[in-house]
Amino acid sequence: MAKVKGAVEVDVNRCKGCELCVFACPSKVLALSQSVNDKGYAYAYMKQPELCIGCASCAYMCPDGCIKVYKIKE
Amino acid sequence: MNNNIIAPENLVYQKSSLVKDNVMHYCPGCNHGTVHRMIAEVIEEMGMQDNTLCACPVGCAVFLYKYIDVDTVESAHGRAPAIATAMKRLHPDKLVFTYQGDGDLSAIGAGETLHACNRGENIAIIFINNAIYGMTGGQMSPSTLEGMKTSTCPYGRDVALNGYPMKIANVLAELEGTCYVTRQSVHTAAAVRKTKKAIRKAFENSMAGKGTSIVEIVAACNAGWKMSPHEAHLWLEENMFPFYQLGDIKDK
Ligand SMILES: Cc1ncc(C[n+]2csc(CCOP(=O)(O)OP(=O)(O)O)c2C)c(N)n1
Ligand code: SF4
Ligand code: SF4
Repeated sequence: MAKVKGAVEVDVNRCKGCELCVFACPSKVLALSQSVNDKGYAYAYMKQPELCIGCASCAYMCPDGCIKVYKIKE
Repeated sequence: MNNNIIAPENLVYQKSSLVKDNVMHYCPGCNHGTVHRMIAEVIEEMGMQDNTLCACPVGCAVFLYKYIDVDTVESAHGRAPAIATAMKRLHPDKLVFTYQGDGDLSAIGAGETLHACNRGENIAIIFINNAIYGMTGGQMSPSTLEGMKTSTCPYGRDVALNGYPMKIANVLAELEGTCYVTRQSVHTAAAVRKTKKAIRKAFENSMAGKGTSIVEIVAACNAGWKMSPHEAHLWLEENMFPFYQLGDIKDK
């Protein structure tokens, strides 16, 4: 069976670190960074990238539209 | 590994091109941004970018015109339905909608809202009900829940003193002029998708001349409620949804 794999790209300097994507992700892919962006916010990043299924839940939840979602079938 | 996934041909989702690149002034996690994104997606998918007119509110969304790339008019507080009435009557071929908070729509603008709905103006009203005046520092609004603390009822809303929380969408559903009244939310990805569908339907009703559509979004103002964005969503589920029940109120 084809395996679906996803990845997200976060617009780091647009992110306000609200963490809604982190809670929305069904695969626990995302976390907030230790470092901060230009605005002083910790930003979302893929802590466990191998678990991403490209479902876009994170991007739907992001109030600021910071997340691009990619998906492939292997 | 991710490097070969992240390629233009594999892109499945990104913000609508109608959401401008400037950073929205909203507090981190504010539901206004999510609703703006869904409105932009619907307008883009309907191909109506050059044929949409929005009446913006006074409230936190006062700068909506800076974020969604369509023609907008900034209304005086509560007067968006009156502005939208004029715009739709003069330009019946345009998609016309208002975007209003609970203070704007159900307090100072209650008269405009009721009468636009009663006249059955062919407009869509996007109503963000966060039960508080967000912009001015979290004062009580008509939709503040009983017992809910705000800066003007620090011990909680007392119905003997402040009256009952108002389900204005249910009142509007009683009016002959409304064709579609629904209550949605954006606290989960599934809920965001449902809200988008409701906005699409309201916008299509405006174009079809069916009457007034109201999409209420029961929303969180995490800053005003003094919670983290995620906590505010849990609070919403626990406290707002039992009173402001989600789902269609009217669909004719
Ligand atoms: C005529 C007038 N009266 C009062 C105000 C002050 N004012 C600005 S925003 C606001 C309330 C907005 O609350 P709401 O509509 O719930 O929107 P939110 O900020 O929560 O999104 C008030 C009373 C004003 N700008 N104009
Ligand atoms: S696309 Fe889905 S699985 Fe991937 S990070 Fe976003 S929410 Fe998680
Ligand atoms: S005060 Fe509330 S409604 Fe206004 S931007 Fe902040 S979270 Fe959003």
